[in-house]
Formats: sequence, structure tokens, C-alpha cells
Amino acid sequence: MSEDSLEIGGLKLASRLFTGTGKYADDAVIPAVCEASGSEVITVALRRVDLESTTGNVMDCIPKHMRLLPNTSGARNADEAVRIARLAKAMGCGDWIKIEVISDNRYLLPDGYETAKATEILAKEGFTVLPYVNADLYIARSLVDAGAAAVMPLGAPIGTNRGLKTKEMVRILIEEIDLPIVVDAGIGRPSEACEAMEMGADAVLVNTAIATASDPVMMARAFGRAVKAGREAYLSGPGARRTQASASSPLTGFLAEG
Amino acid sequence: MSFYPICEELSRAPLDERFDAVTGEDVRRALGKSSCSPEDFLTLMSPAAKPFLEEMARQASEITLRQFGRTIQMFTPLYLSNYCTNHCVYCGFNCKNQINRSQLSLEQVEVEGKAIAATGMKQLLILTGDARAKASPEYLEDCVKVLRRHFPSVSIEIYAMDQDEYDRLVKVGVDGMTMFQETYDEELYATLHPRGPKRDFRNRLDAPERGCRAGMRVVNIGALLGLGDWRRDAFITAMHASYLMRKYPETDIAVSLPRMRPHVGEYQPATIVSDSDMVQFLMALRIFMPRLGVTISTREAPEFRENIMPLGVTRMSAGVSTAVGGYSDEAETSGQFDIADERSVDEVCSMIKAHGFQPVFKDWEPIIPVEGAA
Ligand code: SF4
Repeated sequence: MSEDSLEIGGLKLASRLFTGTGKYADDAVIPAVCEASGSEVITVALRRVDLESTTGNVMDCIPKHMRLLPNTSGARNADEAVRIARLAKAMGCGDWIKIEVISDNRYLLPDGYETAKATEILAKEGFTVLPYVNADLYIARSLVDAGAAAVMPLGAPIGTNRGLKTKEMVRILIEEIDLPIVVDAGIGRPSEACEAMEMGADAVLVNTAIATASDPVMMARAFGRAVKAGREAYLSGPGARRTQASASSPLTGFLAEG
Repeated sequence: MSFYPICEELSRAPLDERFDAVTGEDVRRALGKSSCSPEDFLTLMSPAAKPFLEEMARQASEITLRQFGRTIQMFTPLYLSNYCTNHCVYCGFNCKNQINRSQLSLEQVEVEGKAIAATGMKQLLILTGDARAKASPEYLEDCVKVLRRHFPSVSIEIYAMDQDEYDRLVKVGVDGMTMFQETYDEELYATLHPRGPKRDFRNRLDAPERGCRAGMRVVNIGALLGLGDWRRDAFITAMHASYLMRKYPETDIAVSLPRMRPHVGEYQPATIVSDSDMVQFLMALRIFMPRLGVTISTREAPEFRENIMPLGVTRMSAGVSTAVGGYSDEAETSGQFDIADERSVDEVCSMIKAHGFQPVFKDWEPIIPVEGAA
């Protein structure tokens, strides 16, 4: 296959699987997870980063070649997200930022309005902004206007492992939005990641499903392969699906005669 | 609105009869549901649920794993002052008890803070007795300013405050509070708190809600299990947490499950809460509220803490001293209660890791600018 890279914020990525750093029993497994998955982008919650730590720091476990995607987890409104993003940059985490604004701790659903506000401010400041939102066309359009570099719709609420529950809405975003669509949250199985890719998502982000597997490294490898398989299936243009078998003797066959 | 009318209604409700009426079939049905209602929670808390503890454990640990991963938040308490004007009959700091009283000066706060920070701890819980004249809101604000130089997260476990006092503490960087109702049985509460400001049941009951309004990130509540009927108190605690969670979705609501411990006073608990009762409460809470924070303190024995960790616990204290000045070797006061897990921070962390969990020291990046903060 000829080169099929994903471009975000001017950066070409060969892997379409993004991974995370949260929820691991031991951060020391992260390098092996990165390697097995082939992922090149890794998200890290700034709230957990502790550069002065005497007990180890998650940043030390992230391989140098990875593109760091700090996230604003913990932010309850646009203002907090903007401040966290600036802190991340000041700490040397680069200028990519995943906006997460959550003001409902019961379901952890993202606040689209506040996310769009933060996106606009940070995009103007030169950040490459990847906002995490509900799979909603209007929010996605407002993010395009706000200068987002990609849109990250959720597949299902965080921590549910329920899979691609928002499939139809994600499909609309894939069709309508001219930015990379990265399905984030909810994906619990490699088959679900594959399905998202197969329908044309540009990438998926998987954290919980890998971090909480009994063997995170093997699961990371499985996700890496599933994402590739889904992408190839999408590029190969699968045949149309039929709901009924084609009739062997077509009802309009007589028209072709003569 | 306030939780008070709900609490009153629940206190009058025949909860005991409802617990007793639950059948094994009801428990099976509750466990088969994808989301758990208050009625289902009551079912899981009933004596009839005891034979289902293993099934509950499976569900509770699965939910915890998905929601929080294999991580445990670490925190440590710092006692600033043990002066107290209350007569809580079950507490070692009770003003009638003959113990050495003291309060840290700001210089001592700095010394203690540094000693704790050197252990790697980042999340600090500061405590005082209930003596406004001594540990005043202004004193607390000053302490927080000092401690925020060493800790990204400082929370409080102190007397019930007014709304504007909570607002002010949040402004100087307090991001969490703990307020134990002790018991939700108002009559019993009156007998346990014969004199002192803490006698005001409703003022205390509404304090967590004032904390939510002030913008605290974490509000932790709980009943001291054993003071009254533990099942009723546990049930109303959960209803209180659920009320706060629905009304203040921006706040992380957490519950602690403290059991009575031996202390300097002579008070004997009304009921004995067994290990199996504690475990049942913990797991039912997790199934009822998947996102609820659950704290287990060093009141519990090491082995018990280890075993319940995967069943729903999200926060643990470690390296604890309950005496004022207990961290920098100057302590000459008695602790508030005897702790059961006296292991150091390092030892507790090794235990957590050995069980396949990661101790998390920092979970919040302060975005409020703090003078002189690191
Ligand atoms: S429980 Fe609190 S208020 Fe009551 S006596 Fe002890 S320190 Fe004082």
C-alpha cells in the first residue's frame, strides 16, 4: 500500500492508534505498551504529572519518540482548561493539547460549549487543539470554526467499555467534518476499534481497555493490529451490503432481452 | 433545599423492616440490573444479601477497575490543633478528657509540612478539633497558605463552617473537605453530643452542601460506623452522597467508612460492625454509585485494608500520626484515636504495588496561583 499517513497539526503519523497513561497498575509497563501498539501519540493528564516527584514520574516512562498529548482532565470550564493547557506548555509538554472539560462527575460527559470556548482561545495562541466532545454535528462544526486540529467524539462514556454506542453520530461526523475524527472513550475491545476505523474514522484513542487488561502489552498489540485492519478495510472499499440475497432470476430480467 | 427533610423522612421510615423483608430473589434481581436504584441499594445492604457477597465483589471490582483503573490515591492527615469545645462522648479530644492540648504555630506547620512532603506525599488533609477561638478560620487560611507551598492538594477536616468561610478557604487553595455526620439518627446524635457547637445536627448536615457550593473539588462524607444502627446509618449515608452527587455534578463526592476505634475516653460502640458488614457496605456503595470516591483510613488493620482494596476503594491514607506535631518528632500530645495501620508511606506503597495497584500521589494540578508555591 502506498503511504497512508494521518496528518494532524502538520505532523504525519503512521499509526492511527493513540494510547493513554492513566489507570495502569504500574507506569513502568508504558514503554512496552507503546512499542507493542505501534502508537505514536500518547495522552497524559497534566493533573497527574509531577515533575518534582520523589516517587517516580509518569513522564519518565513515556518513550522519547512519542508525541505527547497532555489533556486538561479535571477542568470544569473553559477557563480552567485554558489555564491547564498553558501550564502544560510552560512545563515543557509541547503545544498539543487535548481539551477535556467535564462538569458532571457522575457520567463524565464532556461539556461541548465550554470545550469550544477553550478551543478557540488556545488555537489562537498557537496550540494544536484536539477537543474531546460528544458525537454531535453542531458541536463539531463549532470546533472547526474555533480552529481545532481534529475532533475527538466519544464512542461511549469514559470507563464503560461499552464500545461504539454513538456509531451513527460518529458516521455523520466522518461524512460532514473536514477534520480528522479520532474516536475517543468507550472503546473496550479491539473489534470495536476496528469497526470505527472500518467506517472511516481517522484514528482511535484507547486507554482503559489496554490499561485494565490482564496483559496490557498483549492487548496493546491486539489494538494496534485491529486499527490497521480496520483502516485497510476502509481503504479497500468494502462491497455494498445487501439486506436480501440477490435474486438468481432477476424480476426485471426481461427488459434486457432483445 | 437541604438534605435535612430527606434525612428526617428516612429516619422515620421503617428501614429495618424493609431490610428484613428483602429476599434472595430480590438480591439476585438487583445484581442483574445494569444500573442500581436506591431501592436496589437497600436490597444489597440487607441481611439477605450476605450469601451473595462473592457475586457483589466481582461486580464491584469490575466497576472500580473500569472507572478508576488499578490506582489508589494517597493522602496523609496533619493534625494542626487538638483544642476542642465539644463533648462528643466517643472522641479522645473531647474537652473533658485530660490530654495535652496544643496547636501548631505557622513555623511548626512549615516544619511538619516539610517532614510530610519529604515522604513523597502530595495530598494533605488538615484537621483540628472544634475550637474556633483557637483554630480560627484566619489561622486555617494562614496554615493553608504555608502548606500549599509543599502540597498541590490541601483538604480540610474541621468544624462546620459558614458559606463565606468555605468560599474563603477555597480561594486560598483548599480543594476538598471531609465532614462526618457521625450518625444520621438525630435523637441519638443529641445524646452523643451533649454540649458544644457540634450539637447543632442540621448545621453539620448541611455543611457538605455548603462546601459543594463553595467549589470544593472533593467533598467527603461519612458516618462513624458503630455509634448507632450501622445499617441505617450506612443507608442514609449513601442517600446523602447520592443527593449531593445529583445536585452538585461538578463536585467529586466521596464516602469514608470509619469504624469505631479504641481511644483515650471510655465510650463503647453500640453495635459491632463486622468485617463482612464493612465489605458489604463498600461493595453496595460501588455498585450503587460507580463514580463515588471511597476512602479507607488507617483505622483499619493492614491485612483488612489490603483485602478490601480491589473491591471499590479509591483513596487510602498512609504514614499517619493523629497527634498534633506527630511528624517532626516533637509530639507530646495524645492522638485522636489509635490507628491500626502504622506502616510508613513506603511500606503502604509496597503493599499497594504488591497487589497490582499503583499508588497515585498527585491527582490535581493547582490552577489557582499561590504565593511562593513550588
Ligand atoms: S469528634 Fe471532633 S468535635 Fe468531637 S470532641 Fe472529638 S475533636 Fe472535638
